[in-house]
Amino acid sequence: MKPPAFEYVAAGSVEEAVSLLAEHDGEAKVIAGGQSLVPMLNFRLLAPAVLVDLNRIPGLDGVSEQGGGLRIGALTRHRTLETSEIVKARFPVLNAAMQFVAHLAIRNRGTIGGSLSHADPAAELPTMAVLLDAEIEVAGPKGERVIAAQDFFESALSTTLEEDEIVTGVRLPALAAQTGWAFEEFARRSGDFGIAGVGVTVSLTDGKVAQARVALLGVGQTPIRASAAEAVLLGKERNLELIAAAAEAARQAAEPEDDLHGSADYRRHLVGVLTRRAVEAAWRRALGEVS
Amino acid sequence: MSDTLRIALTVNGVRYEKDVEPRMLLADFLRETLGLTGTHIGCEHGVCGACTVLLNGDSVRSCLTFAVQLDGADIETVESLGTVEDLSPLQQAYREHGALQCGFCTPGMLITSVDLLKKYPLANDAEIREGLSGNLCRCTGYEHIVDAVRAVAKAQAKTDEGDKP
Repeated sequence: MKPPAFEYVAAGSVEEAVSLLAEHDGEAKVIAGGQSLVPMLNFRLLAPAVLVDLNRIPGLDGVSEQGGGLRIGALTRHRTLETSEIVKARFPVLNAAMQFVAHLAIRNRGTIGGSLSHADPAAELPTMAVLLDAEIEVAGPKGERVIAAQDFFESALSTTLEEDEIVTGVRLPALAAQTGWAFEEFARRSGDFGIAGVGVTVSLTDGKVAQARVALLGVGQTPIRASAAEAVLLGKERNLELIAAAAEAARQAAEPEDDLHGSADYRRHLVGVLTRRAVEAAWRRALGEVS
Repeated sequence: MSDTLRIALTVNGVRYEKDVEPRMLLADFLRETLGLTGTHIGCEHGVCGACTVLLNGDSVRSCLTFAVQLDGADIETVESLGTVEDLSPLQQAYREHGALQCGFCTPGMLITSVDLLKKYPLANDAEIREGLSGNLCRCTGYEHIVDAVRAVAKAQAKTDEGDKP
C-alpha cells in the first residue's frame, strides 16, 4: 500500500527537531533511516501528521573513542558499524551481531538510533545495547539526559523516550581487559529477525569470572538480561556443568510467546542451546584459545 | 493531498527538478513521475528487493525512501547499467547464465549485485548467496543468478590481480 499523507520537515539541528516534536504534541514522528518506520507507514499502521527528518542534521553520525569505550552517533548507519575497524577492535561482539542485521540495502540506510528507538525485541542492536550496558543519550525540549539501556526498553516497540525526545547517541563503556564474547542467533532465513539469539561477554581475573553478561534476543517484550545465568558463572572457573547450569538459567529467564515463526517452547529450547554455545565460545575467547 | 515540495536531484546522470507530495515513495517517483519503469515494485515493505536502486552509490530500497528526502541526491536505476544493444558486463553475465526467467526481480537483483561486487570480495558461493538473500525471485531461479554473479566476481578478481605491479 501507499503511506497516508503527512507534512514533511527536514530538521537542521537537534534543537529544531525536538521543538518540532513538542510543537506537534504527539502528532509528529521522527524519520532517520526509515527502514522500520516506512513499512509501518506503507501498511498504514501509523499515520503521523508530520514527519521530522533527521538525515540532514550535521554531526549526528559517526563513531568516536570515549574513555576506552566508544560513542556512536544516532545517525550512524548499520553499514558503518558493520565495517568500522574500531568497532571490530573494541567491541567484536557488536561486529559479530551486525553480520545478522537484515540485508545490505537495509544496512546502507538503517541507523543505530532508529533501531534503538523502534525497540524491536528481536533486533540485534537493542540486544547489544542491553548486553554492553550502553548509555543512551537523549535530547528533548528540556535538555539532554542519559538513559541506561536496561531502563530504555519498556515493551515491544516501546521505550521510555518522551514523545518530544530523540536519541542522539549511544555510549558503550570499555570492556575489561580479559574479556571473551560470543553472539549466537537462529533465524529461518538469512537476514530475517531471529527466532532467538544470545549475546555473551565473559571477563576473567586470575582464571575466574569477574563479570559475565548474558542478553537474550527475540524471547520477550524487550531484550532480556539473564542475570540468574550471569550469577551462576560469577567467581567460577570453567567447567562444563557450570556452563550447562548457566544455559538452563538463561532458558528459564526467557519469556517467549508463540507466534507463526516458532512456539514459545521452541524458543525457550533455542535459548538453552544458544546460551551454552555462546558461553563456551566466550570463555574460550577470554582464555585466548580462539580469536 | 498535502502540499508539494520541490526537489532537485540527479537520476542516471540527468538532473530533474520536480514538485513532490511528501508521501511519494522513491519507487513511485521513478516510475510515475519520471517514467523510469525499470525499477519494479513488489512488496512495498522492504522485503522483496525488486525496487532496489543506488542512492549516492549505495543500494537502498526505493519503497522505503521518500522522494522528498532526496534533494541533492544522485540516484542510479537499472536503466543506468546498459542498453539492449550494449549490455553491461553484469547484464551480459546474467544473459549468458540464464539468470532471469520472468524478469520481475531482475532490476533489483542487478542493482544489488552491483553494490555487492563493489563492497564484498564474493570469494565463495556462501558469500554470494548471503549477499543476494535480501532479493526474492518468484521463479526461484537463484542458481543461475549465483552463477552470473560468481562469473563477474571472478573476472573482477582477475582484473584486480592483473592491476598489481
